[in-house]
Amino acid sequence: MARAVSNRRRLINTLLAWSIGLLIFFPILWTVLTSFKPEGQAIADPPMFLFFDWTLENYFVVQERSNYMRYLMNSIIISGGSTLLGILIAVPAAWSMAFVPSKRTKDILMWMLSTKMLPAVGVLYPIYLLFIQLGLLDSRLGLVIVIMLINLPIIIWMLYTYFKEIPTAILEAARMDGASLRSEILYVLTPMAIPGIASTILLNIILAWNEAFWTLNLTAAKAGPLTAFIASYSSPEGLFFAKLSAASTMAIAPILILGWFSQKQLVRGLTFGAVK
Amino acid sequence: MATQHSRSAARMMMAPAVILLLGWMLVPLCMTLYFSFKKYLPLRGGDLGWVGFDNYTRFVSSSSFWPSIYATLVIVGGVLAITVVFGILLAILLDQPMWGQGVVRMLVIAPFFVMPTVSSLVWKNMFMDPNYGLFAHLWRFFGAEPIQWMSQASLPSIIMIVSWQWLPFATLILLTAIQSLDSEQLEASEMDGAPIISRFWYIILPHLSRAITVVILIQTIFLLSIFAEIFVTTGGAFGTKTLSYLIFQRVLESQNVGLGSAGGVYAIILANIVAIFLMRIVGKNLDN
Repeated sequence: MARAVSNRRRLINTLLAWSIGLLIFFPILWTVLTSFKPEGQAIADPPMFLFFDWTLENYFVVQERSNYMRYLMNSIIISGGSTLLGILIAVPAAWSMAFVPSKRTKDILMWMLSTKMLPAVGVLYPIYLLFIQLGLLDSRLGLVIVIMLINLPIIIWMLYTYFKEIPTAILEAARMDGASLRSEILYVLTPMAIPGIASTILLNIILAWNEAFWTLNLTAAKAGPLTAFIASYSSPEGLFFAKLSAASTMAIAPILILGWFSQKQLVRGLTFGAVK
Repeated sequence: MATQHSRSAARMMMAPAVILLLGWMLVPLCMTLYFSFKKYLPLRGGDLGWVGFDNYTRFVSSSSFWPSIYATLVIVGGVLAITVVFGILLAILLDQPMWGQGVVRMLVIAPFFVMPTVSSLVWKNMFMDPNYGLFAHLWRFFGAEPIQWMSQASLPSIIMIVSWQWLPFATLILLTAIQSLDSEQLEASEMDGAPIISRFWYIILPHLSRAITVVILIQTIFLLSIFAEIFVTTGGAFGTKTLSYLIFQRVLESQNVGLGSAGGVYAIILANIVAIFLMRIVGKNLDN
């Protein structure tokens, strides 16, 4: 399938693709650069690209002034907690649908997917009201539950497609050799399922980290994660480009790195197997 | 292979997920339906009784309804057009042989991982600020008067921000689809002397049609409910109040729950119309 390509054509492709890639990436790069500028140089005209007075001051200011650490902890707890809880509930479900399918399995999968299509704003007030009644408003537990529920269909679907790829012949062979259900799960299936489970966890941490409807509407000062923390910069007092950039860089860096690791799983997780 | 025993075990394993999702779907949905037939103002008298379909007619006859439909259509349509067209071009480009393909791919998909509040505020302030934004510098450099993006060009600004966020998604999915294209077919047509345009039109595009449909449907479902991008930029001002933002304002800002719930029912119906088409494609794929 390898086609002989002239170096000239390869060079043109490379130049074109790199320029477009850098253009698309530029806002992120610019944010990272600006986060190291003194506030005055962040708005300099003409803009300063590399030759400014590099400083870490903005990072310290953001930490001190706005309790950055608490928001960061909330983000970690909410995205990690909801993913973990979702996995615990989804693994058995996806497992049974992949290995003990019945006539209704397909309908159940489709129905689960349909719950994901429900527009959040359509159920905003009921959830808000239930949160008040149950004392969950502005609590991390409440957000863990809601975000787990909105991502549960994606988790189940992803796990299902991974489990489906495990050849059942191996299971039958293990059974023939007299393996019990327990050892079958523990020693045969689990090792083969771990990569799939890991990718599912990764993608869901990303989705939960960036969720910005429920996190903005159901939290205030106490349980707000980084999405809410950044949103608080939308009503500026004075000039703040460098500080906004520092806060933004800290909010996106960890997830960007995770995201780069999970590019392949992104397609599987977000198209529900419709594109392979 | 499946025994009676393993079947009932399977049902037990599925039960928690099914029950949770059923509750998550039915309880709020029934409450929204219930409120939509009531005059319910939590801060001004609470539950003021049943009003039939009053909220439904009032929601569509309010002066902000049609502008919100317009804003929704323009944003969804604009973002879809930009992301699909550029997504196809970018996917074809990224599929070509080049140096550093992996790195370019990472650069292109990066915006997808940026949380919506960050991308909106970075664009709004550092690029679109009429005094200090990069665009203002650029405009002044060419001797032009900087644009007041968020007020004079509010819808294009939002479309630009959201397209930047979703272009990676479209590109990545279309790239995955292109890579499954049989390269022999392309080579054969190349040898037969088919020009690039007709190769694109008769081979690449038909091959991509299903992936394009999936991109359009999935994006539509997400784009119909964009929230943070409007919340932190214009707050619904300057004609950017979409249907979901209008409902949000009715429910939480003016606390007119009955009216907002009726709007919510409309939004649910709208999303379901799109969802039906998506589900059909997904369902067909599940059979194979």
